Amino acid sequence: MTEGNDLINLTIDGIEIGVEPGTYVIDAAERTGVLIPRYCYHPGIPSRPAQCRVCLVKIEGQPKLQPSCKMTAQEGMVVHTASEEAEDARKAVIELLLVNHPLDCPICDAAGQCMLQDYALETEQLRSRLHEEKLVQGRDRIADDILYFADRCIICTRCVRFMSEVAGDEALIVAQRGHRSVIDTFPGRDLDHPFQGNIVDICPVGALVHEDFLFKARLWDLDQAASICPGCSTGCNVTIDVKENQIVRLKPRHNPEVNSYWMCDHGRKHLVMSNRGERAEVPLIRRDGRLGAADWSDALAWVADHLLEVTGGDAVVSPEAANESLFFLRELLDRLGIGGGSFRVPTGEEVTLAGFPKLALRAERAPNAAGAELFGFARTDDPAPSPAGAGLIVLEDPLSDHEPEWGEDVGFFLYVGGRLSSAARNAHAVLPVTGFAEMQGSFTNFEGRVQRFDQALQPPGLARPAWMILSRLIAELDARRDGETAIETPLEARQAFSAMAVATPELAGLDWDSIGPKGARLAAAGEAVSADVT
Amino acid sequence: MAYPYRDDRETTTILSRHMGEPEARSLSGWLERGGYEALRKAVQMEPDEITDVVKDSGLRGRGGAGFPTGMKWSFMPSEPSGPHYLCANADESEPGAFKDREIMRWTPHLLIEGCLIAARAIRASHVYLYVRGEFFPVIRILNQAVVEAYEAGYLGESVCGTGWSCDLTVHIGAGAYIAGEETGLMSSLMGGRAEPWMKPPFPAQRGVFGAPTTVNNVETLASVPGIVMNGSAWYRQWGSEKSPGTKLWCCSGNLTKPGNYELELGFPLGEIIHDVCGGPPEGRKVKAVLPGGSSTAFLTADELDCVTTYEGLLEAGSALGTASPIVLDETAEIVPAMRRIAQFYAHESCGQCVQCREGTAWITKILRRIEEGDGEPRDLDTLYDLCDQLTGRTICVLADSVVFPLRSSLDKFRHEYEALMRRGASVPT
Repeated sequence: MTEGNDLINLTIDGIEIGVEPGTYVIDAAERTGVLIPRYCYHPGIPSRPAQCRVCLVKIEGQPKLQPSCKMTAQEGMVVHTASEEAEDARKAVIELLLVNHPLDCPICDAAGQCMLQDYALETEQLRSRLHEEKLVQGRDRIADDILYFADRCIICTRCVRFMSEVAGDEALIVAQRGHRSVIDTFPGRDLDHPFQGNIVDICPVGALVHEDFLFKARLWDLDQAASICPGCSTGCNVTIDVKENQIVRLKPRHNPEVNSYWMCDHGRKHLVMSNRGERAEVPLIRRDGRLGAADWSDALAWVADHLLEVTGGDAVVSPEAANESLFFLRELLDRLGIGGGSFRVPTGEEVTLAGFPKLALRAERAPNAAGAELFGFARTDDPAPSPAGAGLIVLEDPLSDHEPEWGEDVGFFLYVGGRLSSAARNAHAVLPVTGFAEMQGSFTNFEGRVQRFDQALQPPGLARPAWMILSRLIAELDARRDGETAIETPLEARQAFSAMAVATPELAGLDWDSIGPKGARLAAAGEAVSADVT
Repeated sequence: MAYPYRDDRETTTILSRHMGEPEARSLSGWLERGGYEALRKAVQMEPDEITDVVKDSGLRGRGGAGFPTGMKWSFMPSEPSGPHYLCANADESEPGAFKDREIMRWTPHLLIEGCLIAARAIRASHVYLYVRGEFFPVIRILNQAVVEAYEAGYLGESVCGTGWSCDLTVHIGAGAYIAGEETGLMSSLMGGRAEPWMKPPFPAQRGVFGAPTTVNNVETLASVPGIVMNGSAWYRQWGSEKSPGTKLWCCSGNLTKPGNYELELGFPLGEIIHDVCGGPPEGRKVKAVLPGGSSTAFLTADELDCVTTYEGLLEAGSALGTASPIVLDETAEIVPAMRRIAQFYAHESCGQCVQCREGTAWITKILRRIEEGDGEPRDLDTLYDLCDQLTGRTICVLADSVVFPLRSSLDKFRHEYEALMRRGASVPT
């Protein structure tokens, strides 16, 4: 078996596989397509207590079944994950876990995404042998926003170990012992950690639940979109869970380069909260001093006509705008002789996750400040900079901190955004755009990683992605000036991305597909672009 | 000696000679009785010499598993790259076991001396004496003895003036049977819950505070001074080839003279019960014996004709365990007794492994239901099945420990279970 490499060769359920030294059997099996049941094992938590005993497998030559989460692959090892003995042991673990389990699946938040349900189903056991009364432990508020259902808990201790080993805060413990074991906060301590929400995600059953999600939805009724958390410049990979076009929660999505399996609580709440409020739903243009609705073709023509008059001016953008939108805005500004432009970034305290320090809730509380800089916009601390020059274009900044008369004196004020604050209503035209969750696009995170996000929500009314609107506006303007345009008018984010990548040296070589779901780093000066293959 | 009933046979001299003599507790009293002579001899020996003597003596661990002590010591690195530790396991909690308690209560210096010799053998310079938290008088006695030993230079910076230093800390447990399991003991000693961990790593590789560690039972350590003083051949004059030496038998239950008796290993079990301990009260017969404590299999009255070596009791279908026979006479009922045992293990399960956490509690509930007359024949099948599930599938052997008495009670006293079911069936509903 000498291949000239250092792989360890073993056989799992008859399939030979070579793995790196130190690989655990449970992970090696996964690569052969065998998902060995697991509760206590979580790849993001360093310790492997091997205590749930549901991953026991038969290893030839070993008298007893062995926990596959704890056994490293050895040369020539022969593993049977589904031997009669292993199946028997697994079935028994499930039966035993159900001895004191309330079987309250109909009202359990985790129903449908529960590892106890899943494995119980696999045991094909129709009848319970239990004739005794169940132990009732009740439920407890374990944190301000997290409830603990002790009777559903299987004491896998993932939550306890996440807090101590990943969050670096020994706030949680197993209290009592034996079948009375429960999860609790350390005596005299509260669970109050900026990353504590992860314990809900890693709970394999419905023992830990976010109170704001309690009884909100059946998981099979949720639509999901792979997205990026807009809460700060880290750009945690997330899944947005949506019910009836409302965001109900965010869950972290694994990306070893960015956020591992985790995300912070600020991020969880940020998007759900910012998704509320009055929206601009139709294009508005100012006629006879009043903003009035128009359809898209009239609005774009009207705005293009007026932009013909604009030379010079200012731009205000949001660091929550997508790369593609910022790119097309820059293209437009170039045509209008407007240089510069600025953006403001809300800030807060930076909090690092001790056990995965790459992940932090960063001081910069916006997802795409790096993208705004990439397209030539400058940071400003001025909460409401006075617009200079004849023209003013605002992209997605809600202008919520601005005086009601802000922008009144500008020759032509175009507001490309989704919210109608008093200042925004001073615009000569409002082009309603989708929020980031209502479109596809990409963000550039703090370290120059370009990451895609998918559409999670249906946009309201006639709102469209800013990159779509701006590209068409450019085409209208070019047509008026030169009779033709060099600009593409993309219908999809992938087209917008490629138009952007072609015109932007830092993005050279990247396309929508190659950056994949995990993102790719921007080329630094003199460095080739590399997509992380995962 | 024996305690509390006197027994003057020649073999009862190593561990129990001074039981019942309060004077032996003090350092002066201990020195008058030849104390610390073995230590003085040991400090002149190389660590490996000590280990070899103990290895040759065939001394086996007295905590229940019977692992050869000298071999265990030899697993410790011979060239330390950091500190080594000795943990003296004084968390005696097995139902029926009260031998370590008596050693510590009467002869604390014997244990300290044994700890020092063992520490020297394994190149440790710190001994943790992990003592069961409920042993209040014992803890006082131990602390007093440790203070005296420090003052007299047997403990501390220069043991017996040799320049070799060894410290001893008495650590008081918080009341968990599972802290008597060696990895559970170390988890507890390090400030955590007394939760066993999966081996490897073995304690000699990575034990307490991440350092190579040996965990020895109190009685094991108390046997060491005699062996070092008198040699392995002397020790081997008692017992069998595989089970040499003497052993404390702490006998309880329906006996006329319960107590601690130091006997040669291999002493017939039946004679321990009937002759040494005087058998059950007048006019009653023995029904069953748990020969090695609550975590060993029941033997029936007909099965007592066996020898009390590690191998002899295995052959008889049980185990020597902690040599703590619990005798049940014919007035005792097996099912309630078994339920009480199961209840103990359910209470003491640390709760990590599912089989143990849920299984011990479920077994207890089923047994209680049978005991109350609500049992059904299929319950016995469930119990047998749970016996299979609780065997060899968990981190430590606490789950296995309840299976030994349970399975044997089902095998050997099935009629008592069935009688309760019939009784239940006859109750009008």
